[in-house]
Amino acid sequence: MKDILIKGGRVIDPSRNIDAIADLFLSDGKVQALTHLNQTSDAEIIDARGLIVCPGFIDLHTHLRQPGYEYKETIASGTQSAARGGFTTVCCMPNTDPPMDNAALVGYVKHLAAQEGLIRVLPIGTITCGRQGEDLADMAELSHAGVIAFSDDGSYVASAHLVRRAMEYVRSLEVPIIEHCEEPTLSKGGQMNEGAIATRLGLLGIPSAAEEIAAARDIILAELTGAHLHLAHVSTAGTIELIRQAKRRGVTVTAEVTPHHLTMTEEMVLGYNTQAKVNPPLRTPRDTEALVAGLQDGTLDAIATDHAPHTENDKLCEFTAAAFGISGLETALGSLMGLVHNHKLDIGLLISSLTTGPSRILGKNFANLGTLATGANADVVIFDSEAEWTVDAAAFVSKGKNTPLHGAKLKGKVLLTIYNGEIVYRYGGI
Amino acid sequence: MDIEASAKPQDIWQHRHVLDIDDFSRGEIELVMQTANAMSEVLSRPIKKVPALRGKCVFTIFWEVSTRTRGSFELAAKNLSADVVNFTAQASSVSKGESLIDTLNTVEALGADIIVMRHPISGAPYHALPYVKANLVNAGDGWHAHPTQALLDLHTIHRHRASLEGLKVSIIGDIKHSRVARSNVWCLTKMGAHVVLCAPATLLPSGLEGSCDHFPRVEVTTDITEALKDADVVMVLRLQKERMASGILPSLREFIGGYQLNAARLAFAAKDALVMHPGPVNEEIEITRAVAHGPQSVIREQVASGVAVRMALLYLLAGGKEL
Amino acid sequence: MSTKVIMTAEDMRRSLARMAHEIVERNHSLEKLVLVGMRTRGVPLANRLAEDILSFEKIRVPVGALDFSLYRDDLTARRPQIKPTDIPENIAGRAIVLVDDVLYTGRSARAAMDALVDLGRPEVIQLAVLIDRGHRELPIRADYVGKNIPTAQKEDVRVKLVETDGQNEVTLIGY
Repeated sequence: MKDILIKGGRVIDPSRNIDAIADLFLSDGKVQALTHLNQTSDAEIIDARGLIVCPGFIDLHTHLRQPGYEYKETIASGTQSAARGGFTTVCCMPNTDPPMDNAALVGYVKHLAAQEGLIRVLPIGTITCGRQGEDLADMAELSHAGVIAFSDDGSYVASAHLVRRAMEYVRSLEVPIIEHCEEPTLSKGGQMNEGAIATRLGLLGIPSAAEEIAAARDIILAELTGAHLHLAHVSTAGTIELIRQAKRRGVTVTAEVTPHHLTMTEEMVLGYNTQAKVNPPLRTPRDTEALVAGLQDGTLDAIATDHAPHTENDKLCEFTAAAFGISGLETALGSLMGLVHNHKLDIGLLISSLTTGPSRILGKNFANLGTLATGANADVVIFDSEAEWTVDAAAFVSKGKNTPLHGAKLKGKVLLTIYNGEIVYRYGGI
Repeated sequence: MDIEASAKPQDIWQHRHVLDIDDFSRGEIELVMQTANAMSEVLSRPIKKVPALRGKCVFTIFWEVSTRTRGSFELAAKNLSADVVNFTAQASSVSKGESLIDTLNTVEALGADIIVMRHPISGAPYHALPYVKANLVNAGDGWHAHPTQALLDLHTIHRHRASLEGLKVSIIGDIKHSRVARSNVWCLTKMGAHVVLCAPATLLPSGLEGSCDHFPRVEVTTDITEALKDADVVMVLRLQKERMASGILPSLREFIGGYQLNAARLAFAAKDALVMHPGPVNEEIEITRAVAHGPQSVIREQVASGVAVRMALLYLLAGGKEL
Repeated sequence: MSTKVIMTAEDMRRSLARMAHEIVERNHSLEKLVLVGMRTRGVPLANRLAEDILSFEKIRVPVGALDFSLYRDDLTARRPQIKPTDIPENIAGRAIVLVDDVLYTGRSARAAMDALVDLGRPEVIQLAVLIDRGHRELPIRADYVGKNIPTAQKEDVRVKLVETDGQNEVTLIGY
């Protein structure tokens, strides 16, 4: 493994409150103090002048689709896509086929990730057997096998009783329950956000209340059990307010938001654009404002992509027949940088939401991720905050070309991704 | 109502397809009305057939059962001397989007110049649009749009009222699930009418309170007396009986009690108010038989206007196309 | 572009008066006669002919308006604006005089005759035009002509009528 010296970049490391022009030395898969730099070493020197150097991004919410849906994505293609987006760690959701509800399957996924994955893959186990919402999965066994959280993502665990038991159970395991908040009787058949646009298009709406009721119940259960509850893909102003109040009361609740919910609204659906069909649905400008505010005041802890790759045919059909989801890893930074360029979000906060924020949710076992402190994993991303590029879905390395951003101009581009001290993605001549 | 003599139809008419009224200009709507008037005259002749679309092939593809709309389109096409082929699509093939495009491509390969389609999924014609070269006419898609119904309703109103400017048009019934209501809202508001939507709250669509960039300004009420008060036109919508099963309405009895258009309620409307219904009518449910067949009812005229308006649209779509 | 006046208002009045006399002369039983103007400018011309006939025969000949757009053979190239046909009488067994402003290729007259026979079976159809500019593409000839004007195909004959254009004048436009 060759040493790497990144010279002259603007190093932003929220874990240590650093934002300064500095050099960064990587050796033996770790971040090393500059004093270790041997003048005679043959370190690869990367000129990062004018570029931003920060810890590799951590995605708490990725659908890698393997096993079962290899035609949508594989661990190989999904991790390549992640590396391109500047991610060095992805947490993969267990709604595979079969679902990740047993240790053997976790072992299989970890094995595949080690063999074919380009970056770190941290599996998430299901809460219930087969994601059926009826019996708890063998959570302790899953935990020992290496899952970093439990979630039935894609479905809400409808039984409050079951979720209470799951929360009680995971307390000793010290991993979070990640809940997909969607009260199913309110969202049944829904295609997009409820409101005037759904009315205009003649599509059944999904009310904000479907998410908020579900979130409220789980916050109360987290309060009851003391478990760590993490809310996936928060999309409404009302949910933000519920989390804000819960945090004030001291409830162990954390939450993530996706780039698309931060940057897009339901208007994207006009014209029956199935690429903008996603669950939870894109909401209103009022909601996106509340989400940004939630990031700013710490109500939201992390930005996660909810990368949901689908085939062309999954989207090339009538709106109600189309699949929910956006392939988001490769456009995450570019679209989020739009918020920075529009002065809605501070770049330091953006980076911390992709690094220290998710790292804290993963817990103390992962304290060496999302930081450039000496001795940390040499996971680094270098990006050009000013580079403009046009999204070409066909050029995604992800198998999922499903994005509403095809053809959009973004400003902010990942140029180099280093995972464990090795360059896993390099753009152009950097 | 007359279009300026200087404006040529080819300058006014901008449509290759008729998918909804939301993208129609007022001038286009007026051109359709004027052309439909000429078609009404054709329909009054002993020989109700003109050769305008001779050699053109019109396909009707219905993924959803309909006898009236389909018959009306078929007659309209035949009156213009077009060849008409009815294509019955399997309901089971709806689930897969590809089959919609496949079917349209097949029909086009068979030589369709104009395709008239009805589909149970909102937006289906928009999904089909990039894949067809023929002119597409939406004969109803899900809850979304039924543009020819809105135009024929307007044509019917014009038989009795020169202008819609300032008229109060109240639409009563299952607004939420009604493509007829949606297209009528666009059409009527573009023509200057004040539209009131009235239904029990569970049958009203969401998001219409206050102003919105994406839907015309309408008045929404659950109070039928308020909706009917001084109304110039009362449109009653068909109540699908399956709404009761889905728990949206407590019972048919309650709906009848609160929202049926009967003679006593109609008395709140203007003396010469027109009573309309897109059909088929559930007599004694959303409207009493007496009112549906009463002197103010123009329901039968709607059917006649349907043929004339559809002839006008087929004619306007077929003309001015490069060979 | 050059514009030449080939008929003034006065010329037009005299020609129409002569044509009205010829129509009466050719059609002995005036009660059978119906004048049918071809939309757009044939309609006011038919009305003027009827006024002339009324002035010297004291008989009001019925006038109709015919829109033959739906019978054209060039629908794919144009999208003419259509208006209702309005003929007050049943035309079966009647003597119809079709009235138009300009006779050129003959295609309009062909379409108008097709439209007319769909409305009933007239005893006879005659054709009256204010201007015959030649260049026929069909075997059609006018029975009553206001003025024959030899033209080149790239020239254009414009008939203006008070009723539709605010003045009475015929011009020849060369390009």
